[in-house]
Amino acid sequence: MERTGALFGQFRDLEQQRETASLGMWVFLLTELMFFGGMFLVYTIYRMKYPLAFAEGSRELDVVKGGWNTAILIGSSFTMALAVRAAQMKKRRLLCIFLASTMILGGAFLGVKYLEYMQKFEHHLVPGPNFHMNVADAAQVQIFFSLYFAMTGMHALHMIIGEVMLLLLLIYSWKGKYTGGYFAPIENGGLYWHFVDIVWIFLFPLLYLVDLHR
Amino acid sequence: MSTTTASPAAAPSPPQPPREHYLNAGYGIRSWLFTTDHKRIALLWLISITFFFALGGFFALLIRLQLLTPQGWLFGPDTYNRLFTMHGIVMIFFFLIPAIPGVLGNFLIPLMIGAKDLAFPKLNLLSWYVFNIGALFTFYSIVTGGIDTGWTFYTPLSSIYSNSQVSVAVVGIFITGFSSILTGLNFIVTIHTMRAPGMTWWRLPIFVWAHYATSIIMVLGTPVVAITLALVAGDRLFHFGFFDPRLGGDPLLFQHLFWFYSHPAVYIMILPAMGVTTEIVATFARKNLFGYKFVAVASLAIAVIGFLVWAHHMFVAGISIYAAMAFSFLSYAVAIPSAVKVFNWTATLYRGSVSWQTPMLYALGFIGLFVMGGMTGLFLASLGADVHVHDTYFVVAHFHYIMVGGAVMGYLGGLHYWWPKISGRMYPEGLSRAAAIILFVGFNLTFFPQFVLGYLGMPRRYAMYPPEFQVLNVLSTAGASILGLGYILPIIYFVWSMRYGKVASSNPWPATGLEWQTTSPPPTENFETTPVVTWEPYDFEHRPDLGLPKPERAQPEQLEAPGLETGD
Amino acid sequence: MSESKEHVIPFRTYALIFAALLALTFITYRVALVDLGKWNIVVAIVIACTKAVLVVLFFMHAAYAPRRTRLVILAGIFWMLLLLGLTLTDYTTRPPATYGTTPGSAFNGS
Repeated sequence: MERTGALFGQFRDLEQQRETASLGMWVFLLTELMFFGGMFLVYTIYRMKYPLAFAEGSRELDVVKGGWNTAILIGSSFTMALAVRAAQMKKRRLLCIFLASTMILGGAFLGVKYLEYMQKFEHHLVPGPNFHMNVADAAQVQIFFSLYFAMTGMHALHMIIGEVMLLLLLIYSWKGKYTGGYFAPIENGGLYWHFVDIVWIFLFPLLYLVDLHR
Repeated sequence: MSTTTASPAAAPSPPQPPREHYLNAGYGIRSWLFTTDHKRIALLWLISITFFFALGGFFALLIRLQLLTPQGWLFGPDTYNRLFTMHGIVMIFFFLIPAIPGVLGNFLIPLMIGAKDLAFPKLNLLSWYVFNIGALFTFYSIVTGGIDTGWTFYTPLSSIYSNSQVSVAVVGIFITGFSSILTGLNFIVTIHTMRAPGMTWWRLPIFVWAHYATSIIMVLGTPVVAITLALVAGDRLFHFGFFDPRLGGDPLLFQHLFWFYSHPAVYIMILPAMGVTTEIVATFARKNLFGYKFVAVASLAIAVIGFLVWAHHMFVAGISIYAAMAFSFLSYAVAIPSAVKVFNWTATLYRGSVSWQTPMLYALGFIGLFVMGGMTGLFLASLGADVHVHDTYFVVAHFHYIMVGGAVMGYLGGLHYWWPKISGRMYPEGLSRAAAIILFVGFNLTFFPQFVLGYLGMPRRYAMYPPEFQVLNVLSTAGASILGLGYILPIIYFVWSMRYGKVASSNPWPATGLEWQTTSPPPTENFETTPVVTWEPYDFEHRPDLGLPKPERAQPEQLEAPGLETGD
Repeated sequence: MSESKEHVIPFRTYALIFAALLALTFITYRVALVDLGKWNIVVAIVIACTKAVLVVLFFMHAAYAPRRTRLVILAGIFWMLLLLGLTLTDYTTRPPATYGTTPGSAFNGS
């Protein structure tokens, strides 16, 4: 199928293409919701079964780092939304600035995550033969940490994919591809990024704030 | 919009194949492996799934050979475990789930809605490649010893104790799952945004509604099994412990997560076949589909209610009795929309102008065998009955009636029905009818004895059995050999027809529907100009543009019992 | 039905939503420090849902999106509730365990 400018051959016009692309991304995010959803179910069952073990595990997590990371990620969502707005207004430099800011904030998040993971490794909190905790229900605390690594690890993987996507969008934006009136890839890239933010919005209280008052 | 110009009265001249169509639009292996034409991609799928059907069938052959004697004369239990596991995995994930959507859905949906292609043609091709990459992993696990956990991968056998290639196999299935997700996503978006002018939702063929419902299931269910299998791999490789009782994990949680997808998955396998059957029944009864809106909504209802019943696979696994009662009730409920469809097919046939071409034989076979399979499902939904027949051959017979008697027959019926459109050729009618009948006989001989075996108590997944069950097992194996012959014949004559088959017209049956409004085979862009739809679906009465002679109906005075109301 | 290309959300609106999200994050942290018993998790989830709703409606433009987008979002919420809710019908109604439960467990048995 041939392509004329931004219009792909299977579409009648750019409007149909834009709506199609948008619906495509929303349906993809629906699949991602169910993908993470399986892990949220596992979390729900085991937290209800082993509330004390979850509290003990959560206590080992660094709330300060987690809290800052939440703020950083929300900030990156803010800059991403502003990037879409800049594309709407056909402002190329502004678009690039906001895309780059989103990337930098996302990178900062991943950096903090890396530090947290290193800490866990040093404190023998990584599930497996090296896991060690001096409590009676250490086995169930290991389940908490399995969830911690599975959920934040999967989230981090999605962030890395997001960073690559942002880089590509940044490169094409610099070349002026998205400030000529058609900017669906920026919109849909933004949808993906906001979704990853929403997953973290739930992960933060569920992992870091369990029985914090104790 | 191209129309057939032959008037009913004149003798039609033999159809000429179109000069340029999608099959000769480009030559060479690269034009096929890098195509984005949904029709070519459909043929790529045809090759892949035929290969996996043969592979799954090969494992079935070994199983049936083993079960000829009570003491298990060919394989030990360990090998037998691997045989039925591989049979299940290959048939379910690499044949049944992708077959109709991948081949017929891909080929027909853009044609049926008047579009040039699917919404995302490159994703379509990617879906096929992802399928094959996942298949490679799974194939690797087969040739390096296979897996012995059953296709259901129950923990903790799969997550801790099994020494077989579980990790590789679940990675393969994980990857293949994304193929399903991509196809489902493509179909949903296409049906929403790519319809031709005038093609409203209530004018869509039921085939499209069925694939829309199927795609909803693919998109919502597959990610859950993907993460579940990933967690099993995590348990095996990273000692997560989610399903490890020694750490406080619950093996039943795996089953909940697994069946949350795998039950709706069976509706992924059957809904497209129901869509095919609807198209065939309307065409070969030459009658408007009875209760179109009911059939369309019933497709969606099956998709939704199908997600509410999964724990009926776990009645004896240790779930709470109250949950079991709820799931039992819901499992009865899911039969209702299926029954609605059967009523509507029957009502369509009633007083229709029925002809017995091969697709119709498959469609009628589908209806009968699906009803048997479905009704026996209700026995399984009953808690009291399930306690006795769970994990016996009764269950095996139940799902083979639906999957083979239903889905495979639907697939074959669809292949025959749309073969003229896909290839521009007709298959040999006499031979194809014979094959359909051979299939029907072979199928029933294979699987009906298994209902009896299960009722008498023979457990499934056993490499050997008490001697009193041998006669029924031998009958079943004999049937399987006849069934195998029935499957080989179409492969032979379809290939033959591509070169030597009679050239097909654009609308040989004839049928309503946009796909018959273009040439056989279609051009790459499907239609010369974008069609504009002004008619309702299956409206055989009112389509002078198709040059269809008005179908003959028995007039009231011709019926044997006078006083019957007229009206269809 | 298409999203109006001309509808540009003002900077102010985005900034307000951003501020609200940060504020809610801070609130969720502070409330977690207070012992509310079983209401802690409820409050945490409610706040998280509120934040998610703000992101979906404004950052993701769902408030201005066509009907089919809203259908997709509702389907997602519905199916998640299905997955969690129906599974919990099993765990919350199992009979009492015969040999000891985990202290504090929310389930009667196993």
